[in-house]
Amino acid sequence: MANPILEIRNLHARIEDREILKGVNLSIPAGELHAVMGRNGSGKSTLSYVLAGKDDYEITEGEVLLDGVDLLAMEPDERAAAGLFLAFQYPIEIPGVSTMTFLKAAMNAQRKSRGEGELSTPDFMRAVKEAGATLNIDASMLKRPLNVGFSGGEKKRAEVLQMALLAPKMCILDETDSGLDIDALQVVAKGVNGLRTAQRSMLVITHYQRLLNHIVPDVVHVFSDGRIVESGDKSLALQLEAKGYADFDSEPA
Amino acid sequence: MYFYAAPKSTPAPTSLDEVDPELLAMYDKLGIPLKEREILAGVERPNVAVDAVMDSVSVVTTFREELAKVGIIFCSISEAIREHAELVQKYLGSVVPVTDNYYATLNSAVFTDGSFVYIPKGVRCPMELSTYFRINEKKTGQFERTLIIAEDDSYVSYLEGCTAPMRDESQLHAAVVELVALENAEIKYSTVQNWYPGDKDGKGGIYNFVTKRGDCRGDNSKISWTQVETGSAITWKYPSCILRGDNSRGEFYSIAISNGYQQVDSGTKMIHLGKNTSSRIIAKGIAAGFSDNTYRGQVSAHAKAKGARNFTQCDSLLIGDKCGAHTVPYIESRNATAVFEHEATTSKISDDQMFYCQQRGLDGEAAVALIVNGFVRDVLQHLPMEFMVESQKLIAISLEGSVG
Repeated sequence: MANPILEIRNLHARIEDREILKGVNLSIPAGELHAVMGRNGSGKSTLSYVLAGKDDYEITEGEVLLDGVDLLAMEPDERAAAGLFLAFQYPIEIPGVSTMTFLKAAMNAQRKSRGEGELSTPDFMRAVKEAGATLNIDASMLKRPLNVGFSGGEKKRAEVLQMALLAPKMCILDETDSGLDIDALQVVAKGVNGLRTAQRSMLVITHYQRLLNHIVPDVVHVFSDGRIVESGDKSLALQLEAKGYADFDSEPA
Repeated sequence: MYFYAAPKSTPAPTSLDEVDPELLAMYDKLGIPLKEREILAGVERPNVAVDAVMDSVSVVTTFREELAKVGIIFCSISEAIREHAELVQKYLGSVVPVTDNYYATLNSAVFTDGSFVYIPKGVRCPMELSTYFRINEKKTGQFERTLIIAEDDSYVSYLEGCTAPMRDESQLHAAVVELVALENAEIKYSTVQNWYPGDKDGKGGIYNFVTKRGDCRGDNSKISWTQVETGSAITWKYPSCILRGDNSRGEFYSIAISNGYQQVDSGTKMIHLGKNTSSRIIAKGIAAGFSDNTYRGQVSAHAKAKGARNFTQCDSLLIGDKCGAHTVPYIESRNATAVFEHEATTSKISDDQMFYCQQRGLDGEAAVALIVNGFVRDVLQHLPMEFMVESQKLIAISLEGSVG
């Protein structure tokens, strides 16, 4: 059987003296979309940062494989080129760098690190136009500096645009629904759903079931106190919505 | 230190194989065409193979002929002294007097060569004048002298320097540049400076002590300086404008990058003398490594400078924690109607910005280059097109090794 796209084994991570991830186990086969749900502070976002390689965290135990390759040994940019993409909860502003320039720099950097040639300008423009159309992103937005003065909806659409253009194997969406009204959420969800393929896997991190009405998961995991405490199908999300997280707390309050 | 050294008469390399490989590697990164590299590296070819530079030697002459048709004079200053003595006598030293400062005096005493431009009345120079075309015509020494005269209602855009590093052995570059803009005339002067900054321990490198000044002598005249300073061990350079004519306007757009042990002290002076004169200063300083980067600027309004107006914006970006950025503005107003504004910011590239760029596939250096290019965008867009692309690459190269 083929490797799962993402395989996390007994992952422990800490920031300074505080252990945040306490033995995460998760396997996502190709083509599946998994949701991780949990209350604020349960360590969900830490999981996404650790996978992407943010250096504030120290990994004390465990391993992570991306399509069979040791992910933790790679630098953040190498992880990106290997096909890992993180859609940020709070996308970062890059003043003075137009969205278009940023997209081209990112695409070419990844191509270079995979030993491919630079994208020609017409090919690039075509790709951006196509991907932008689904997300209601027009030329004027692409000329603005990336994320600077973008509304919540624009930021998240720009994240999904990058995801579409960089064509990763493994997408992690961190609280993609935060800051979105229902119309914006639908546009973003449509964009994400359009990127679901049999080869690509996704990990959607959220604490609301709302998003999962629009982006329907294959598997739902409940995250509590730094580990996955329960897994099930999409009905688990509804159950959480009805009852809250209290039933799943590892240490009763 | 040598105060004066005549251009060496050691045999020039006859092919690129004899040129310092490090220099060639730098040309490579900048994407300079092969033929142009030979010129820059000073490779001598029989029968002036400048034909290789910009397609053919005839390019240079065609340019000169085309310019001469409209009365424009563009030649070396030594030629101008011989051929156009009356103009040189009238204007040379009229903006930067020989007693101006130590290095200006030195330059005035010993200058070896430089450029001369004369734009007659009512003529818009049809092309950007660049020292590129002239660089190998005669070896310019380290004491360059440039004089540009724009007669009434004329316009010229002049590009100085090249983006390739000149591995000069001489230590001191003390150039003097004088600009004279008469009524309704406009001069746009752009510089990209990338002299040898010294090695990684701060040994060697060029001392770049340059006096550049423009005189808006006529009413409604305009002088605009744009500079990208990335090289030299020590830079002291303050391209300035004397706003003598009524309604005249001065502009200064600057990007100064320092890395390693470089010290940059640069800025401008806007001297408002005439009525309703205006000036605008946008300076972007980027300090990395162990360097120090200072903006030093003076804005002053004379008692008669009614309605003088200045806007200044100084932004500094720090990379790492061993470098320094300093802003030293001098603002003097002797006229109550003058309005001067000064804004300054200092920032660092945040870890979050770096992580975001890296998550998208850019490595550390590419991420820094992208963020810095964004930081300087307001200034870059004032450069002529052909300089803009090279400058972006140059910025990336200058900051190599600045991220740990």
